[in-house]
Amino acid sequence: MNLFEPVQRAACRRTFLTGSAGLLGGAALSSCFNSGNIFAGDEKKTHATRWSGTVNPLHFAAKAKRVIFLCMAGGPSHLETFDNKPKLAELAGKPMPDSYTIGQPIAQLQGQKLTCMAPNHPFDRHGNSGLEISRVFQHIPQIADEICVIRSMKTEAINHDPAHTFINTGTSISGRPAMGSWLLYGLGSECEDLPGFIVMTSTGGGQNQPIASRQWHSGFLPGQCQGVQFKSSGDPVLYVRNPKGVSTEDQRDVIDTLQTLNRRRESAVHDPEIATRITQYELAFKMQMSVPQLMDFSNETKETLEMYGTTGGDGSFAGNCLLARRLAERGVRFIQLYHRGWDHHGDIKKGIIKTAEFVDRGTTALIKDLKRLGMLDETLIVWGGEFGRTPMAQGDGRDHHIKGFSIFMAGGGIKGGITHGATDELGYNATEDIVDVHDLHATMLHVLGIDHKRLTYRYRGRDFRLTDVHGNVVKEVLA
Amino acid sequence: MNMSRIIFTLSWLVFATSMLNCARANSQEVQFNRDVRPILSQTCFVCHGADADKREAELRLDAKEGIRKVFEPGKLKQSEAWQRITSADPDEQMPPIDSRLKLKPADKETLRRWIEQGAKWEGHWAFIVPQRPKVPKTRTADRIKNSIDAFILARLQDERIEPVGPADRATLIRRLSLDIVGLPPTVAQVDQFAGDKSADAYENIVDGLLASPSFGERLAVYWLDLVRYADSVGYQKDSHRDVWMYRDWVITAFNDNKPYNEFVTEQLAGDLMLGGSKFDQYRRQIASGFNRMNQTTSEGGAQEKEYLAKYSADRVRNTAPILLGTTMGCAECHDHKYDPLTTQDFYRFAAFFADIQERGVGYPTHTPMPTLPQIDRWEELESKRVSLNKALGQIEPSDGTDAKALQAELTAIDEELAELTDKKKWKKTIITNAGKPRPIRVLPRGNWLDESGPLVEPAIPVFMGKVDVADGRATRLELAAWITDSDNPLTARVFVNRLWRIYFGEGISRTLDDLGSQGAWPSHPELLDWLAVEFMESGWDIKHMVKLMVMSDTYRRSSVCSDDLRNRDPENQLLARQSTFRLPAELVRDNALSISGLLSPKMYGRSVRPYQPANYWYRLYKDGTYRQDHGEDLYRRGVYTYWRRSFWHPSLRAFDAPAREECLAQRPRSNTPLQSLVLLNDPTYVEAARVLATRMIEGGGATPEERIRWAFRRAVAREPDAEEVSEIESFYQRQAKRYSDDNESAKLLLSVGEFPLDENTPANELATWTSVARVILNLHETITRP
Repeated sequence: MNLFEPVQRAACRRTFLTGSAGLLGGAALSSCFNSGNIFAGDEKKTHATRWSGTVNPLHFAAKAKRVIFLCMAGGPSHLETFDNKPKLAELAGKPMPDSYTIGQPIAQLQGQKLTCMAPNHPFDRHGNSGLEISRVFQHIPQIADEICVIRSMKTEAINHDPAHTFINTGTSISGRPAMGSWLLYGLGSECEDLPGFIVMTSTGGGQNQPIASRQWHSGFLPGQCQGVQFKSSGDPVLYVRNPKGVSTEDQRDVIDTLQTLNRRRESAVHDPEIATRITQYELAFKMQMSVPQLMDFSNETKETLEMYGTTGGDGSFAGNCLLARRLAERGVRFIQLYHRGWDHHGDIKKGIIKTAEFVDRGTTALIKDLKRLGMLDETLIVWGGEFGRTPMAQGDGRDHHIKGFSIFMAGGGIKGGITHGATDELGYNATEDIVDVHDLHATMLHVLGIDHKRLTYRYRGRDFRLTDVHGNVVKEVLA
Repeated sequence: MNMSRIIFTLSWLVFATSMLNCARANSQEVQFNRDVRPILSQTCFVCHGADADKREAELRLDAKEGIRKVFEPGKLKQSEAWQRITSADPDEQMPPIDSRLKLKPADKETLRRWIEQGAKWEGHWAFIVPQRPKVPKTRTADRIKNSIDAFILARLQDERIEPVGPADRATLIRRLSLDIVGLPPTVAQVDQFAGDKSADAYENIVDGLLASPSFGERLAVYWLDLVRYADSVGYQKDSHRDVWMYRDWVITAFNDNKPYNEFVTEQLAGDLMLGGSKFDQYRRQIASGFNRMNQTTSEGGAQEKEYLAKYSADRVRNTAPILLGTTMGCAECHDHKYDPLTTQDFYRFAAFFADIQERGVGYPTHTPMPTLPQIDRWEELESKRVSLNKALGQIEPSDGTDAKALQAELTAIDEELAELTDKKKWKKTIITNAGKPRPIRVLPRGNWLDESGPLVEPAIPVFMGKVDVADGRATRLELAAWITDSDNPLTARVFVNRLWRIYFGEGISRTLDDLGSQGAWPSHPELLDWLAVEFMESGWDIKHMVKLMVMSDTYRRSSVCSDDLRNRDPENQLLARQSTFRLPAELVRDNALSISGLLSPKMYGRSVRPYQPANYWYRLYKDGTYRQDHGEDLYRRGVYTYWRRSFWHPSLRAFDAPAREECLAQRPRSNTPLQSLVLLNDPTYVEAARVLATRMIEGGGATPEERIRWAFRRAVAREPDAEEVSEIESFYQRQAKRYSDDNESAKLLLSVGEFPLDENTPANELATWTSVARVILNLHETITRP
């Protein structure tokens, strides 16, 4: 075993180029990764060669090629968005029955009197499907028939930071790879001149909980798999702009000279890592060239901009949604948008409307736009937070809640216009068809053609998975 | 896809694989630990391993009794396991079809031969106390500088591989310098070494580097990853915390060559150690910051108890791999699947740390402490005062002037001491404050809300024995004593294996953080044991081990080899050659700063904040503003760079620096376009190029060629060849023309970075040389250890 993989490594560099990587299986390919050769070029050529992932061929036919994860950071209240609980209104102001709360983890409400708070906004039925959506959203009702609401989500971590870590990596222990990294590792990238896993953030409408860059880190997976944060205004990628006083031609000349020297060194010392380095410089230059085009919104029609409610590149959630569509068009595998504004511990009635206004139109436009372009079928959209909020009042707000909350999915492989699962009559516990975070991950991977049990990476003597030792595909939501 | 190509690729693969393994496989005895245990561990231990809850048929294949039950020495037919493995009946077959686990034909073949050869069992190698093996005899002695070489050469001779010759002197000194102090050699050092024909020329270089204060900085970069050192608390807002005194303690300890057993003990239990001066006690308290490296939270709504449980688990999860190269984390919820570690073991281990006083939720308590340089000074002044007082006592009353001078000196000392010992002026750091131990109970499935588990007392994993404790409850001191005992099978092996990676590219066992049964079988098990014993017997002497490694002939080999050798051993497990690898993140930057002459030699103190892209921290709750430093602090070594766990420095991150949330023994060495962007465009590197350009003009000679050669040697030590020079020179000509036409652009380029601009050189000339310097700083060779 000890000498087997390394020899394969030399072989896999070749197999990459011939596209037969799948023949070697995951274990062998992971060793290619370790030597840092995802984009390995062969000894003579310098053009980039796309990494096609360890899951090659796919475990089963993929319904979607990429993911756009709209992360509603802070934890949106399911009771004011997608989970209508009339019974909770009846108990408004009355004590929350002990049977629900005794022995349960509670965040800021610990030790306090627990009182029911009625849903603050009415719900209506929309679309042919009659999907129930709260009035905090003015636009999302237009896509009611496209989305699948899961009302029976459950998570394990009750504080923001570990809860984000949990929903991103499948564990609340820091240091494991994010789901985007897993996808990149499994499927590779379809895009040469942009990173395959891109993250953007926006704020507005409420308390802006911090988001740590560990949320898009590759953990023990190869560095090539890590998420890259994109700033939606200014220079989108760190260090992507030439130094002042250096023109594109100058930069090209620097790189050309460098490549000649590196190639010369390679022919003297035969170190294959140099070939990889040469490829990386070409990719870096391509990235420098493509980013300005990416950020040039002049070819977007007035109607499109109007639909999103942005001029593009303004740092808003809507602007990020438009950018997400442009990234999707360019083949980026995993796009994650955080909107930090959903932590409504106080004044949830007004607060949630404010926050919803920031994301409502952008979300809706993104889904409509992808559909218009024929891309919705191949893009998996996930919309949701790291947890939900308590049926109990915290003053005039709601506290963190992990036992039941709602998210929605849409697009490739997902049945639109349905709700799946349910919470109890007070919206406390997920009770029917419970979907935990591992199930969500398993389902997402499934839609992308991956058996979540077979996407593994050996670290510290164990074959790790995104779903750890859990996870069931939620078949009912699949189209 | 061309079918013949696939077949070619596969057959080539099988062939190449067989080259190294088959010779051994057919001629040698199957060894349980090397050959059989990895197969059983991967395929069988999940159901027939250490985890009592998941054990099927009460069969335990990680223990001798279980092996004896189902494997009959020499008898395939009587071996139930063999019958099950080869059975065609799906109900009988092992591993079960639904387990998804499979035995490869080669694995079955190994098992068959092992049974036929007598099915000998061995305990897991890393859990057996290492004995010093005999140094093997080799056919030739001319490539042997010390015992390391004998082990390496013996294996090479088995494989019939000829080691490559020694590297040239420029390569050697650059390799030594980058490995030992993390900085490139100066051109003068390179020249001096090249011309030094004395027998001990090489050794003198080694000794000089080992004595440099930069040695501790280099090794600290590695140690700080292990212990997850950072300047912020980690969770949520990730607020600032001060624990840099601990970082300085680590640097000093390495520089003072503190024996590793003391190094470990002071970190684990420095606060509990009695004896020594008050100065020693302060130093040990600073060292005990080790126990407080875990992430903490002050998030509203976080529960005290939940987070205390998290911190407790964090310490076990991290202390075990840091010091013992063992994964214990999984035993938080269930017995370990592969190693004989139980859930009870996990919580008993946690109980060692239950005396640490800390908040579950809230900002960690900081303690005022004198800094290490202050302690040194204090100690010096006190001893001076004692001798002055003594001198004063011996002076004859008539000798007026002498007494006056002494008295004045004494007064000055007292004044300085008063200042130094004023606790209100001390800086603060996080140390371990011991108190009454909290009760620790086994948490079923790690659930902190479940109080049904039994209370436990501190103890080491049962399978490894018991700690010696005179009476009462075992403390961190006893834990440290057990870890650093010469009978501990892991500690020394783990550390020398990690050192080995720094000087040879990979560990002797490739899994630096796990020497358990899922860890990689060492390429040279006897050598690893020999080194471990040597380490302990030398008095845990770190510099001795480093010197031993770098003095070996194996270390001095060239990294250039034939394609044939590379194909036979692409991972360089056999070390017929040296390895090349990209420098660690901090060193990539240190190296550029050093080449340009910008690097500050200043050591210690609060972490510094070099250039960082605007708004990089703005996603944070508070403290989103980055207050960048100015002046010298912009050019300090990377080990002093501010480490914020939620947003650690992006250019370090691009080169695989970790978040420092969890113990990391082995940084990956990736090669990505983001790295190219950093080297091309990060102001740190552009400024370094500008300053290098100034130096080239000032001291590099008169002609372009001279300057190019001069800068090239500063970067990579060797002389460029004619073609390299001409390539760079023609680039120089193109840039010279371009900037002579565009003074504005030249000025813009020169405006990058805060280091004062060389006003004496015309902007277009300096810009041109800056471009040349950018090429040199971006070379693959410049960021690669040769």
